[in-house]
Amino acid sequence: MKTYDAIVVGAGHNGLTTAAFLAKAGLDVVCVEKNDYIGGAAVSRELYKDWMYSNCSYVCSLLRPEIFRALELHKHGLQITPYGGSCQFMQNGDYYGSYHDPEVAYREMARHSQHDADAAERYGADTMRQCRFVRDSLLRTPPDPTSFRPKDIRELLTIGAKFMEMGEDRMYETIRFWTMSVAEYLDEYFESDIIKTAYSGSGIIGTALGVRSPGTAYVLLHHYMGEVDGNVGSWGVARGGMGAVSKSIAGAFQGYGGELRTEAGVDKIVVKNGRTTGVALENGDEINGRIVVSAMDVKRTFLTCMDQSDLPEEFYRRVQNFKIRGSSGKLNIALDGMPRFPALPDGSTLYQSDMHFIDTMDRMERAYDDWKAGTFSKDPYVDMVVPTMTDPTMAPPGKHFMSCFVQYCPRQIEGREWTSPEKEAFAKSVIDQIANYSPNFKDLILHYEVRTPQDIENEIGITEGNIFHGELTMDQLLFNRPVPGYAQYRAPVNGLYMCGSSTHPGGGVMAAPGANAAREILADLNRRNTVPENFGDD
Amino acid sequence: MTVQEVPQGRLRTPFYERMSQLDTLNAWHEWKGYTTPDALYCGETEYFAIRNATAVFDVSPMTKYRITGPDSLAFLDRLVTRDMMKIKPGRVAYAVWCDDQGQVLDDGTIFHLREGEYRLCSQERHLDWFMASAIGFNVDIVVETADVCGLAVQGPTSYSTLSGLDLPGLDQLKLFDLMHCDFEGAELMVSRTGFTGDLGYELWIEPGKAEALWDAVFEAGKLFGIRPIGVHALEMARVEAGYLAPFEDFLPAKGTVRTGRTRSPFELGLEWLVDFKKPNFNGRRALAEEKRKGSTWRLVKLNIEGNKVANASYIFETHKANKGNIGFVTSAEWSPVCKQNIALGTVRMPHGAPGSTVWVEIYYQREMHWSRAMAKAEVVDKPFWFPPRRSATPPGPY
Amino acid sequence: MTDRYDAIVVGGGHNGLVCAAMLGRAGRNVLVLEANGQVGGAAITREFADGYTVSACAHLLYQLQPVVQKELGIEPDLAVEDMATIALAENGEHVRIDGVQVDGVSKADAQNFRAFHKRTARFAKLLNKYFNKTPPRLGTRDWADMKTLGSLGLDLRLLGKTEMQAFLRLIGMNIHDEVTERFESPLLKGAISLDAVLGTHLGPRSPNTMLTYLYRLAGDYGRVSTPAGGMGSISEELAHIARQSGVTIRTGMPVTRIIVDNGRVAGVETANGDRFDSMTVISNADPKRTILDLVGPQHVEARFTHRVHHLRARGNAAKLHLALDGLPTIAGLDKKDFAQRLVIAGDEHYVERAFNPAKYGECSAEPVIEMTFPSVRDDTMAPHGKQVMSAVVQYAPYALKGGWDDAAREAFEATTIRTIEKYAPDIASHITASELLTPADIEQEFHMTGGHWHHGELTMDQFMFVRPVAGAAQYRMPLDGLYLCGAGAHPGGGVSGAAGRNAARAILAREKAA
Repeated sequence: MKTYDAIVVGAGHNGLTTAAFLAKAGLDVVCVEKNDYIGGAAVSRELYKDWMYSNCSYVCSLLRPEIFRALELHKHGLQITPYGGSCQFMQNGDYYGSYHDPEVAYREMARHSQHDADAAERYGADTMRQCRFVRDSLLRTPPDPTSFRPKDIRELLTIGAKFMEMGEDRMYETIRFWTMSVAEYLDEYFESDIIKTAYSGSGIIGTALGVRSPGTAYVLLHHYMGEVDGNVGSWGVARGGMGAVSKSIAGAFQGYGGELRTEAGVDKIVVKNGRTTGVALENGDEINGRIVVSAMDVKRTFLTCMDQSDLPEEFYRRVQNFKIRGSSGKLNIALDGMPRFPALPDGSTLYQSDMHFIDTMDRMERAYDDWKAGTFSKDPYVDMVVPTMTDPTMAPPGKHFMSCFVQYCPRQIEGREWTSPEKEAFAKSVIDQIANYSPNFKDLILHYEVRTPQDIENEIGITEGNIFHGELTMDQLLFNRPVPGYAQYRAPVNGLYMCGSSTHPGGGVMAAPGANAAREILADLNRRNTVPENFGDD
Repeated sequence: MTVQEVPQGRLRTPFYERMSQLDTLNAWHEWKGYTTPDALYCGETEYFAIRNATAVFDVSPMTKYRITGPDSLAFLDRLVTRDMMKIKPGRVAYAVWCDDQGQVLDDGTIFHLREGEYRLCSQERHLDWFMASAIGFNVDIVVETADVCGLAVQGPTSYSTLSGLDLPGLDQLKLFDLMHCDFEGAELMVSRTGFTGDLGYELWIEPGKAEALWDAVFEAGKLFGIRPIGVHALEMARVEAGYLAPFEDFLPAKGTVRTGRTRSPFELGLEWLVDFKKPNFNGRRALAEEKRKGSTWRLVKLNIEGNKVANASYIFETHKANKGNIGFVTSAEWSPVCKQNIALGTVRMPHGAPGSTVWVEIYYQREMHWSRAMAKAEVVDKPFWFPPRRSATPPGPY
Repeated sequence: MTDRYDAIVVGGGHNGLVCAAMLGRAGRNVLVLEANGQVGGAAITREFADGYTVSACAHLLYQLQPVVQKELGIEPDLAVEDMATIALAENGEHVRIDGVQVDGVSKADAQNFRAFHKRTARFAKLLNKYFNKTPPRLGTRDWADMKTLGSLGLDLRLLGKTEMQAFLRLIGMNIHDEVTERFESPLLKGAISLDAVLGTHLGPRSPNTMLTYLYRLAGDYGRVSTPAGGMGSISEELAHIARQSGVTIRTGMPVTRIIVDNGRVAGVETANGDRFDSMTVISNADPKRTILDLVGPQHVEARFTHRVHHLRARGNAAKLHLALDGLPTIAGLDKKDFAQRLVIAGDEHYVERAFNPAKYGECSAEPVIEMTFPSVRDDTMAPHGKQVMSAVVQYAPYALKGGWDDAAREAFEATTIRTIEKYAPDIASHITASELLTPADIEQEFHMTGGHWHHGELTMDQFMFVRPVAGAAQYRMPLDGLYLCGAGAHPGGGVSGAAGRNAARAILAREKAA
C-alpha cells in the first residue's frame, strides 16, 4: 500500500494551505475531507437554486497577502474586492455610517460627536501601533518562553526588542491594551455611545465574551489585522463567495501535484509505537503517511480522533480544558431584491456596507448576558452584509444574497440540543431586528438557512461551531495556543502536527496557522522552505 | 424618515464662488475637507503677488476654536509652551503644544480677542486633546471652523489695499496685533499675521459677509495689483520665511505610529517658544530632561548650491554619501526672490549647527532621464526672507 | 500657623501609617494628617448602634504583609485565627473550607482543592515577592529596574517548565473556567468565585479574575483572621508604632489642598486653614482624589490627568452591619461556626448573575454575601449576650441608576436580609439596629473615590507596571515631591501595608540617590 509523505486532515483553508506548501516543497501529499465538498468554513454552496451561499465565513481580509502571492492564488481564480464601510441603525431613526473617504467619515462622526471625530485619529494611531506589533507575529512561530533552545530565545529577544523599541510610554499602553475590555478601551477615546458601539462589534465577534469583558480589546485587534492591498482594517469579498478562497488554494495544491480526497472522514489518527503512521477513515479504509497534519480543531483532533492512551496525560487534560465556545450563529438569506432601509437615502454607499442594528453598549452587553444564561440573544448583535452588492456573481441579476452573522448564539440551548422551533425563534429574532429598519425586508425573503453552532459543528466539524477554533483570550494566545508547550504546531506524538485555527495566530480566513505549520514541518523534514515571510514594514 | 447623509465630496468655503469666478485653471485639491486651489492662474505669478503686490488666500479651512471661561488663560498657559500671561488682549501668539513626552502635537496662532476670550487657529483638529487638557479647568471650548471664515491679505501693497476699507487703527496695527472693526454691520477681526513672512494681514468674519468682504477687498486692491492665490504660491513663500508645515516638516505626535517620528520644539528650532520660567506646562518635565540630555534631531534651514531643487533628498555629512545619511530634506523650493536654492530639513544632532556645511543628494529628471548630484549646502540661522516691511509700523505705502 | 516637616502624609489609613512609621524610623520628621476623628482609614472599629461596634469597612485580616509585620514589630492580637470559610447551603449541607481541607464535597473535589490551593499559593507567593517591591519602569536602562525585571523572569523560570506554563496561562484566565475545570461542588465553586470577585467590578466569567484571586491569597496564602477589637486595633497599633518612631499624628484634620509652588510640592493646607510645609507630601488618598482634587490638574500634565480621570474606581461592595439580640439560626451550624467566615454564593453562576445588574447600574437581586459575627469570639464588640453581624454585600454599584436615595437603600437592605433569610430564617427577628454602607457612603466616610476598596479596579490594565496609571507606578507622581502610598498604588488594596512600605522605601532610596 502506498505511503504518502504527508496526510492533511481537513480541507478547510488552513489544511489546504499546509498541504499546498508541503506539496510545493515536493512532498507527496494527500488532503482528506469528510464532506463531499471542500473548504470547511470557507465555503460557498448552492443551497437555493442559482444562489451561492457563503454560509459560514462571509467576508475576507485576514487572508495573508504573503500567502496569496506565494501560492499564486490569482491564477486559481481568487479575486478579492474591497467593499464599503459599515452602518449602525439607531432606534431613534438615525444611523451612523462609516465611509471610505476620511473627511466624509470625519463629518459623519462629527455629526454624532465632534469630540469623537477628533479623537478618532488618536484611536487610529494607537490601535495601529498595536496592530503593527502583532501583525509581525502572524507568520512566525510563537517562541516557547520556558525553553532554553537558541531558536526560542532568539525569537523571544526579537519580540522583546520590538516591544522595547516602542518606548516607555507606549510599552505601558501596550500592556493595557492587551488586557482591557473593548468597552473600557473605547471609553478612553470616545464619548458617544453609538460610535463606541460601532467600534465595539469587532471586539466580540466569534468570542464568548461581552464588550465589557477584559481581553476583548485584543479581539478587536484580531479583526483589524486584515488588509486589502495594504489598506489595513478594510474588508473585502471574494468574487464568487468565500468558497473561492479554498478552491483557489486547492487549485494551487493540486497544481503542485497534491491529491484531494473528499467524503473521506477520518475516524482515527493511527499511532504505532509512539508515532503516527496514518489515518483510518470512517469507511474503514486506511491511508498510510509518514506524517499526519490535522487541520481540525484540537479538541476534535485529540479527544475524538485519537486514543487518550496515545497522548501524555497533562496534554490531554489541557486539551480538554481548551476553550472552544459556540457563541455565534448565522442566518443566510436569498432575497428577491435589495431591501430598502428608509433611514438611508437611496443610492447611499452604505447599502454596500456591513450593517448593524444595535445602538448602545448596554444592548451589546445584554446580548451577552443571554448567552451566559444559556440561550440566544433576544436582541442580537447582527453583522449583516449583502455581498451581492459588491459581487454580482453570487445571485441572479437583481437578486441578492444576504449573510447575517449573529452574536450571541450558544452551542447548546439551556444545556441541551436545539429543537426546530427554537431554531425558528432564533431566526425570527434576527429577521425581526432587521425588519425593524427595513419594512419590505420580510417580503423579499425567498429562502433562508439557519445555522446554530450545533449545525456548524455537525456539518463542518468545528467543535461548538466556533469560528476561531478556540477563544482568543490571553490564556489561549501566542505561546499558550492551543496549549502551553505545544504552540509550535507539533503534537506530542511523533509525526503528528496541528495546522488549524486552534493554533497561533488563530481563526479568521487568514491561512497563517496553515502556513506556519508547513514551515515547521518542512524544517523537521529538512526540506526547502516554501512558506513566505511577513512582508514586514519598518 | 430618511436622514440626509453628510456631504460626500469636498466642501466649499464661503469664498469659493468668488474664487472660482477668477479661476482659470480648475486645479483644486483637498484641505481638511474643503476644496482649495493649487493655483488660480499661474503659481509663479501668484507668488510674485505675495512678494510684489497684494495676494489674497482663503484660509477658511483652518481649524478654529473659541476658548472662553474663567480658566481660559490658565488652560492655555498649561497647554502651550510659551507664557500666555504675556499675551494681552489684542495680541496674537504663535505657539506650539506638546504631549506629556514633550513631542509637538501641532503649532498654531492664538488670538487674544478680548479679556479671557481666545481663538486658537491650527491646521489640525485637536478637540480631543483640548478636552483632555481641560479636565479640571473651567473653560469652554467650541469649534468654530465653519462659523468664521478668513482671508489672508499679504504682500507689500496689502496695507495700501486694506486702507481702502477705512479700517480705523489699521496704520497702528503692529505685527501680531489684532483689532475689531465694523464691516457692514458685522464684526470684522483684523490681525497682522500671515504665513508668508511679508507684510500682511488676516481678516476674519462671519460666513454671511464673506462675499461682501471679498468684493470690498478686491475693489480696494484694484490699483495695488491684487490677485487671488493658491497653495502653490503660498508654499514657496512659507519656505522662504522658514515656517513649518505639519505633515511636511513635522508630524503631529498624536497620529504617529512608529517610534521616533515625532519632534520636540527644540528639534524644530522653536526653543524660543519654550518658557521654563513657567512652573508648569504640558511636556515641561520631558523638555527639561531633553534640554539637559540633548536632543536627537535638529531642524535646519539649508542654502544649497546650484539650482536643482532638493525634494526628498537625503542629507550627508560629506560629499561622499558612503557614511550613511544624517537626515533628510522635508521642504524644498527655488526662491525667486532670494535667487537661492533653499530647503528645510531634519538632521541628527550634533550635525547641522548653524554655519556648518552639509551635503544634499539631489535626484533630478531631465527629459525623462534621472541624474544624481551631490550639492553642498550651508546651514543658515535666519529665515531666507525677512524684509523690514514685514514689521514696519505704520507700514509704508508701497 | 506654619510648621515644617521632612514629610507629610495625607491620610492616616493603614498604608499612610506604615509609610510614616518607616520614615520616622529612618529619622525623618513626619506629620500624618487624618481627616476623620480616628486613624485607620478603612481599617477602623467604630460604634454603629448603641453599644454595638464593628469594623466599619474592612472587617477581615488576611493580607497583612509578614515583612511589614516583622519590620515594624506588629503583633496583632487575634480574636479568631485561621478562620474557615463556610459556603452556606439552603438545605444546611454546607461546604467548609479550612486551609487546604474541604468538607462537604466529593473526595475528588477535596483532592483537587488541595492541588489547586498548592498551585495558587505557590503563584501567589511568587507574586507577593513583587508586591513588596517597587514595580520596575519599562524600557529604562536603570540598574534597579533591570534587576527587578530580571529577577521576575528568573523566578518564573525557576517555577519549572510545567508550572511556568501554568502560571502564564492562568494569569490571564477567569475564575469561572478554572473552577468549572476542576470542581464539581457548586458551593465550592461559588465560594472560590466569590473570593475572586469580592471588592471588584468583575464577575467570575470576566477574564482577570484569576489574578484577583491570586491577589487575595498573596498576603497570607488564604489565612484569614479577625483582630480582637476589630480592624481598628491594627490601625491603633500602627499609630502607636508610628508615634514611637517620632511621627506626629493629627486627626480631624482634613487636607483640602496639596500646595504646589513653582512646579513642586511645598506643603498642604487643611480645612481649618492651617498650612504645613514640606518638600515631600505623601498621599494616602486615592489617585483620583490626590491628583484631581488635592493637587489640581493645572500642576500636572494633561495625558497624566486624563489617565487619572479614566482610572476605573467603581465600588460595588456594600457593608451591612446588624445589631442582633442573639445569633440567628442556620441549619447545620452551631455557635462556634459563627466565628468563621460565612459566605452566600450558591455557585459560580449565582455570582455571575449577581454581577450582571451591576454592569447597568443596578443592584443584585440576589447578592453575594460574606458574613462575619465578630462578637462571637470578641465580647468587646457588642453588649453582653448580644451579637454583631458585619457583612460585605455585593453587588451594589456606586453609580446606581437613579442614585442612592433612601428608597434605594431600604430596598437593597431588604434584598440583603431576604437573601440571608434563606439560610437564617429567623435573622430578621433578631435585628435591633442596622447600618448599610453603600459604596457612596464608603466614599463619603472614608474619602475613597467610588467607594472602591482598592482605590481603583484591580485589573491587569491597572496593575503593577501601570498602577495607578501608566508612567506613575513607582510611588513618585509626575510632580516633584509628591508621592502616593495608598491602595491606588502598587500592589493595591487590602490591609496589607505593602504600598505604604514600598512608598517609604522608594522615598528613602530617592533621597539617597539625590
